[in-house]
Amino acid sequence: MKSRARRNLTKPLVVGSLIAFVLLLPVFVAGYWIHVITIAAIDVILVVSFRLITQMGGWSFAHVGLMSVGGYTSALLTTKYLHWSFWLTLPLGGLAAACVALAISYPCLRTREFYFFLSTFAAGEAIRQVWVNWRFFGAIFGIPFLARPTPILGLKFVSPMANYYLILFFCLLTVFILYWFDKSRISKTLLAINSHETLCSSMGINAWGYRALAFVVGSFFAGIAGVLFVHFIGYANPVMFTTLYSFKIVTAAIIGGVGTLAGPIIGLIILVIVTEIFRDMLLWFPIVQGLLIVLVLLFLPHGLESVPSQLSPLVGRLQGKIRDKLKKNGAQGEG
Amino acid sequence: MSMLRLEAVRKEFGRLVAVDDVSVSVEQGTITGLIGPNGSGKTTLFNLITGFIQPTRGRIEWEGENITNWSPHRVVSRGLARTFQITSLLKEMTVLENVVMAHHLHIGAGLLEQFLRRAKMRAREKAMEEKAMAILERMGILHVKDEIAGELPIGLQRSLGIAIALATEPKMVLLDEPVAGMNPVEKTDIMERIKRLNRDGMTVLLVEHDMKAVMGAAQRIAVLNFGRKIAEGSPEEISRNKDVIEAYLGAEDNSC
Repeated sequence: MKSRARRNLTKPLVVGSLIAFVLLLPVFVAGYWIHVITIAAIDVILVVSFRLITQMGGWSFAHVGLMSVGGYTSALLTTKYLHWSFWLTLPLGGLAAACVALAISYPCLRTREFYFFLSTFAAGEAIRQVWVNWRFFGAIFGIPFLARPTPILGLKFVSPMANYYLILFFCLLTVFILYWFDKSRISKTLLAINSHETLCSSMGINAWGYRALAFVVGSFFAGIAGVLFVHFIGYANPVMFTTLYSFKIVTAAIIGGVGTLAGPIIGLIILVIVTEIFRDMLLWFPIVQGLLIVLVLLFLPHGLESVPSQLSPLVGRLQGKIRDKLKKNGAQGEG
Repeated sequence: MSMLRLEAVRKEFGRLVAVDDVSVSVEQGTITGLIGPNGSGKTTLFNLITGFIQPTRGRIEWEGENITNWSPHRVVSRGLARTFQITSLLKEMTVLENVVMAHHLHIGAGLLEQFLRRAKMRAREKAMEEKAMAILERMGILHVKDEIAGELPIGLQRSLGIAIALATEPKMVLLDEPVAGMNPVEKTDIMERIKRLNRDGMTVLLVEHDMKAVMGAAQRIAVLNFGRKIAEGSPEEISRNKDVIEAYLGAEDNSC
């Protein structure tokens, strides 16, 4: 009974201290590093929403493309004669990304595994080419001079720290929403569909519908991340949404694993740390990134999140050995 | 009153005619057997009825409704469930979780409700588990409810397959070789349970190779050979039918 009470405390304690940590972070870091953690917070939104899409069985390379749909939607609506408020264009950006995701789900969700990666890669690239080639979207120059979010509830978003907290707020909101999602029956149904789609159809489950739902909801959050991104940078531009960005998200998911919600977040943190270590040696970074992926796939194919579950049998065995040794010594002492 | 009616259903795969203008009907409250040599089109017929493949020609009617080109999950929602010849289970989940998942149609909660009303959902989950356990009891596998489905012996796996079909609360079940791979004791047990289901009101369409099992359970039997229906009648009539005997003996002669 006592141990169960203790176990129930550890999780909220860990989560609580993590939240306190990220809340206090900007107090201890300055300048450049606030920029780094702000981008990291946006990337967390991207990786956890990416993970939702992997739950329906696909590794989507359209994720950053859909992020750009959100970003460009907000960019256009806040400039170009309309001058709508950021607070309105934020959800609209998410919705725009969701709509585009629904549209591309018709062709892409017919594909599986590797072909899903290919079809979403094509879709993502197609989206980027629209930004590059159409003058309406600013072509290669994009849409500049995006304003920071307008003051709300007396809060102003001019300083880097204020922006960090704004983006952190939406980051934590996303993580909480997707945590609930993870605990819901919808998530179990998605896992079942991945396990045996034909069987699920004969259970009355609309497999395509559930897959599309996961894809659209994941893309909605990608769109939100896109809006936050362009208003933070102040610019919406095709160069900001390249394949390299997609690759970064996928790398984080591989390193951390996608079995749990924490996995991709852990993977992202590792990746950010490694990136900053190699910041002065940018030429080496692609090699390092590739090496990381290969090492993870070789030794921890389920990602770093699987470390605790792999360690616990080892720890158990170690405990057993220590216990046996103590017993032996005790017996010797008495004998 | 016929629940399920097939009218001149035909399925061609290129030049191969898997189902050749088959017309058959299943009466409510009966156990109807569907037999025939391997490759005679029985499983293809099941796939056509339940929407996994679409017929080239013909009409499939369920309770008077035309379900010919419906998708599988839509067919199930109308009360027509099936099992699979190759045991199909959610292998990583427990037996209980499998049956609870199969109850999906009757969760009675929309997507948003599933996500938001946590306390309500928890109560619903509890109710679903109770229902699932009742079904497991009917199939005699309640004692393994917390075992991982993929680790069960084959006999129990097949019983689980039937339990999954029952969890959709169907009016009729299509059982594809329910006792294949079982020993005689298990076979008798399962056939008894199927007969009991039928006595409680379930209509059954049964594909089976074990002649004793089919003859002992079905009130009516249809025989397929090379995709065509060659005979239909009571078990006694079928066992004396010349074409049927030839179809089975002929198949034996040609087998390697």
